[in-house]
Order: sequence, then structure tokens, then C-alpha cells
Amino acid sequence: MSLAILVGVPLGILLTRRPALKAIILGTTNVIQTIPSLALFGLLLPLPWLGVRADRITITALVLYALLPIVRNTYTGIAGVDPPVREAAEGMGMTSIELLWHVELPLATPVLLTGVRIATAITIGVATIAAAIGAGGLGEFIFRGLAMVDTHVILAGAIPAALMALLADSALGLLQTFMQRRNH
Amino acid sequence: MSDQAEPVVQFVNVSYRIDPQRTLLQNLNLSIDRGETLMLLGRSGSGKTTSLKLINRLLVPFQGEVRVEGTSTTQWDVVQLRRHIGYAIQEVGLFPHYTVHQNIALIPKLEGWERARIAARVAEVLQVVGLPSEFANRYPNQLSGGQRQRVGLARALAADPPILLMDEPFGALDPITRAEIQREFKQLQQRLRKTVVFVTHDVGEALLLGTRIALMESGSLHGIYTPHDFVHSKDDHVTPYVDAFRMSQQILAA
Repeated sequence: MSLAILVGVPLGILLTRRPALKAIILGTTNVIQTIPSLALFGLLLPLPWLGVRADRITITALVLYALLPIVRNTYTGIAGVDPPVREAAEGMGMTSIELLWHVELPLATPVLLTGVRIATAITIGVATIAAAIGAGGLGEFIFRGLAMVDTHVILAGAIPAALMALLADSALGLLQTFMQRRNH
Repeated sequence: MSDQAEPVVQFVNVSYRIDPQRTLLQNLNLSIDRGETLMLLGRSGSGKTTSLKLINRLLVPFQGEVRVEGTSTTQWDVVQLRRHIGYAIQEVGLFPHYTVHQNIALIPKLEGWERARIAARVAEVLQVVGLPSEFANRYPNQLSGGQRQRVGLARALAADPPILLMDEPFGALDPITRAEIQREFKQLQQRLRKTVVFVTHDVGEALLLGTRIALMESGSLHGIYTPHDFVHSKDDHVTPYVDAFRMSQQILAA
């Protein structure tokens, strides 16, 4: 997740600075998002270094899935900064970095956090499925339970996975409300 | 680099265009002296705002050059240039996530001023624009339009730039607040003696605040007048402005 933020936020910022890249990057992340998760695991499997271990595949897939909402929301958040605010900032002599740090990122934070929230929900979902390629985790209980037709085992995996998703989402939601309040 | 006689801002054969079909400014020649308030007056699309943005290099001339303190804007370090020039616009553009204090303090802070000096300066400029010091901790959305505009002006003045660019800064205010701010700005300018370039389409404002009025028309400079000459001009490009202004005055007199 943090890896996805680490890649996604700078990518989103890059888009606001080099609009020519917008179609390519948003297009690519969009395509990745459309690939079903099991198929993506399957596609990563034959790759040299990555495909050798299940955890490497899983992490790669999770980052790829989380990328789109983060990149898109970073971009949308920054692009949504009120034009006069940007004009005033440039007119008073802020460098591109200062503009980003003092104005664009703080103002884009609520939208950016929404992206992180969506990405988190997706990630937990996909991580559960990763058990199918032997990455372990809560998904393993679900798959094993399904194989044994044992509802208890299924729920032992499903309930914590669902709780985790809900918990992460509401935690981020709280953070978001907090940030928004600070901004006004 | 700059001596007293030299104009602070000078347009030399400046043209600006977006593309070959759309020329926004045609061969502008204009000198702005130290300490004067030059009003750029004209209708929408006459090239006033374009001219203003050429001074702080938000735009770059297509032909000719704009000199600030004798140096072409393209030769200046753009950040240095802009910090040398205060900029206030109609929409104000305050940073909504920053308090009034933080808004005003930003450029001094980026310039590396000490905390105590920044605090003193913020208090000073707030007083200059007529806002009580307790406003420092408010956020922009807790202010009225007039108060926001004052903060915008305070922010433009914060680092004490010798040049001030103002783009219809009072245009969005209600008439009473506008008159009040105009009057205060005039007094302020008599005290501070900044070089001010002020864009307006309001004849009354141009006459009240300007030491000179530059009349812009469809991308060219039509002429430069003192307020007195402007009112008495027989030029048929000037008279419609004066007539429009007189009309509103006559209603008052009647």
C-alpha cells in the first residue's frame, strides 16, 4: 500500500507538470485495473524474477491495482486547485516545488486521501484472492473452506478480511475528516 | 543597474499573441516611472491584463521586450523578478488552508526572514490595509469580500516590493466597500510611493487613483493622459468614457 502511494503520488504530480503524459499513464493504469485479479496473477506468473515467488507476484499485483485510484486522485486533486489561487502563488514568486508543497498538495489532500481509501479497499480484496496462487493470508481459509464445504472455515477467513477492509476504510475516513477540518 | 531617471517598467515594441490568428497586444511602447500610479484603462479584451502579466512574466512577449529596472524580464531570474513585484488580482486567490497570518507571511518566510521580523511585518501590513490584528488567525472563508481583498493587498505588500501590479482588485466589491477601499488605497499610495500598475475598466476609479491613465484599445495603446487631460480630451476614443462617467455624475447632481 505504501509502495503504491510512493509510486502513485509522484506519478500523479508528474501528470500535472507534463500533461502530455496524462493519456498514456492514466490509460495504462486504467487497462491494468480492468484485468481481473486472478488473470493478473496468471500473467505475472511466467515472469522471470517476479514470478518465482508468490509474495513477489502478490505485491506487484497489489501495487498495480492500487495505482490507478491514487494516480488519478492525486492528479484530480491538484488540477482542482482554484486557478486564481495558483495564479496568485505563481505571481508572487513561488517556485514549482514551493507551489506544490505549500499550496497544491495541502489543497489536494482530501481528494488524494479518497484515492488512498479506494486503493486500500481494492488491495484488501485482491490480497484475499492471492491465496489462490499460494501467497497465504486470510484468503487461504476461504479457499480451504470452499474446498471442504465448511462454512466455519470460510467465515474464519471472510469475517476478518471484511473487518480489516472496513476498519482500514473508516480509519482513513476519520483521517480525511480530520484533514478537511484542519483546512477550514 | 537602475538610476533615478530610468523608467521602472518599460515596454519596448511589445507584441503578444496566442497564435498567428489571435494577437492580444500589438507593438506596445510604454514607460512607467518610479512612484507613479499608472492606470491601464480599457474595455474587456483590450489587452490590459495581458500587459500586466507581461511585467511579472506570467506571460512572455512574442516580440519586443519588457524591461523591469532596466533588465528584460526574460533575463531576470523569474522568482527574483516576481518577489520584486507585488501582485493583487480581483479573485484575490488567498490560500484557503492558511490563516490570514500564514497567507501574508508566506513570501517573507520563503525569503528566510526571522520569525520575529515576520510577525512584526504581518502586524504592520494588516494595520496598513486597515484590518484589526485579531484577523490574523482567521481563515479566508471567515472573511467578507472586502476583508479578503484587504488581505490580498497586505499579502502583496508583505515583502515590501517596490512595484505593485493590481488587476481590477476592487472590481468584485459592493459599491460602498469599493469606494471605501479606493479612498484608503489612495491615501496609502501617497504614503508608500510604490510604482503601481493598475488595471481597471472603471473610469471613476482611473480618475481617482491614477497619476496617469493609459487608454488601451483592441490590443494597442491609444494614448496616455493625466486625469485632467483625460476629462478635457476631445479625442473621440476618450469622450465615450468621460460621457459615461458624466452621466452617472449628472444623475447624482439632479
